[in-house]
Amino acid sequence: MTVTEPHPAVLASGYDVEQVRKDFPILSRTVHDNLPLVYLDSAATSQKPLAVLDAERTYYERHNANVHRGIHVLAEEATALYEATRDKIAAFIGATDRREVVFTKNSTEALNLVAYAMSNAETTGVEAARFRVGPGDEIVITEMEHHSNLVPWQMLARRTGATLRWIGLTDDGRLDLADLDSIINDRTKVVSMVHQSNILGTLNPVERIVARAREVGALTVLDGSQSVPHLPVDVTTLGVDFLAFTGHKMCAPTGVGVLWGRLELLEVMPPFLGGGEMIEVVTMEGSTYAPPPHRFEAGTPMISQVVGLGAAVDYLSALGMPAVAAHEHAITAYALDALASVPGLRIIGPPTAEARGGAISFVLTDDTGRNIHPHDVGQLLDERGIAVRVGHHCARPVCLRYGIPATTRASFHLYSTTAEVDALVEGLHGVRRFFSK
Amino acid sequence: MNLDSMYQEIILDHYRNPLHRGLRDPFDAEVHHVNPTCGDEVTLRVKVVDGVVEDVSYESEGCSISQASASVMSDLVIGKKVDDALELEREFLALMQSRGTAEGDEERLEDAVAFAGVSKYPARVKCALLSWMAWKDATAKAVDPAAAAASASVSATAPATPAALDVPEQEKP
Repeated sequence: MTVTEPHPAVLASGYDVEQVRKDFPILSRTVHDNLPLVYLDSAATSQKPLAVLDAERTYYERHNANVHRGIHVLAEEATALYEATRDKIAAFIGATDRREVVFTKNSTEALNLVAYAMSNAETTGVEAARFRVGPGDEIVITEMEHHSNLVPWQMLARRTGATLRWIGLTDDGRLDLADLDSIINDRTKVVSMVHQSNILGTLNPVERIVARAREVGALTVLDGSQSVPHLPVDVTTLGVDFLAFTGHKMCAPTGVGVLWGRLELLEVMPPFLGGGEMIEVVTMEGSTYAPPPHRFEAGTPMISQVVGLGAAVDYLSALGMPAVAAHEHAITAYALDALASVPGLRIIGPPTAEARGGAISFVLTDDTGRNIHPHDVGQLLDERGIAVRVGHHCARPVCLRYGIPATTRASFHLYSTTAEVDALVEGLHGVRRFFSK
Repeated sequence: MNLDSMYQEIILDHYRNPLHRGLRDPFDAEVHHVNPTCGDEVTLRVKVVDGVVEDVSYESEGCSISQASASVMSDLVIGKKVDDALELEREFLALMQSRGTAEGDEERLEDAVAFAGVSKYPARVKCALLSWMAWKDATAKAVDPAAAAASASVSATAPATPAALDVPEQEKP
């Protein structure tokens, strides 16, 4: 494992966000007519530091080859770089064994991998019995899931005849755990939930739900897409069986994600995709499969993106995830206070920064109390160079729960500043003026 | 960059004071169309008498562009022969697909030419087209219920707007 030198921005007193921003070339560009870019859409995707861009470029300039199967210099170098990221990821999330780290395309593929492995267990040996689901069994998710952790389980339920259940939400955007013990019961085979909501910002009490799931012997899956990039995440502490997350939200390129799983589970879990690299012995009649992690990495993987992900992990580690989390917590608290000063603005999600991340959704009305549609809010903010996201954020059931068609969402990352929050608030006053005139 | 080209005063007027809004009887066909990427929705009814659009009534929810477009569209097609109104729909669609290169014929499209600026914003074109597509669909059902029912099973999974639009998704995570 490599020891990362601390980033100079965190050596001095506190966290020097202006110095951090210098690592991200895109943050200094302008948009429209020479307006500075105010990027408040990091929950959709993060921007990338030079170190990540350089890592991908250097890989292609110096080391490009297919991994694992070659015996020439380039193949060995490419394989070493690819596998080095596996070590970095394992260390980054507190995994005890590098074989527990599986590279996928993104979080969506990681979650689908588990869901499809569970239905494939039907036609696999007795060693995979733990993954089987069928009529009478129950799958539990929550009402705040991103569609990527909702639709795959709906599909699994349809394929297998199992029943999908979910934990509902309170009015202030938290999980309603009042009926936890009946929702997760002896029929529950798997519990899959989001760690930190991409639409509400809520940081969920994973340990409590995992404890209940364990009581009934259910598998646990955690969607860490919005937590791993923003705060220290340790799979041992969380106690889950699987963790899915994606590279592009944590300063890495698009096209690479991770499924972490407990080794003893991965060792008996059926594969999802078949192909090269995931096999042991192949005949025309049948095949045996490689041990994890390669059993779950069929085909030529996303090599340069994995190398970029390794550089991103180095970058985040140099800043230190506790420092990143502290910075984002401060920005979130500042933003929640500032947004509360905008008339007609209602936060959809927890109103304070307690157990909450930096994705803030809201709805807005004009002077007459009429709703200003998020599309209009986003368009007018864009005119000022402010990038936010509008819509249902791939979490339509959340919008249904709160009786709104869509929200405007501002989201922060390690490079976000209070000045950007101020620009947002000023922009929102402008939106209200525009539609109230 | 000048948003005034999109948010024309005429659009904002229709948004604030929409025409023909509210669902009315009698009607020959009712449809419900949604814009899944942004949550815009419209329920729209059409009454056709002797080949003429007798009435268009609707309830809708969505952004200013989609609201104003429903108002402008209904005001434009009510009282027109169905064939003429369908020709206007084709002209408006062409204007929306022009990516800012067309101005539209004000003699024919009247207030709808105010949406020319919207065509420069690919993500918003669907908003302007939502009610037009709903009207076209409802009119087809009103004019020929049997044919509409037969084609419905085929087109049920097709997007409400033409594939040629190919506008960027707004809803990535």
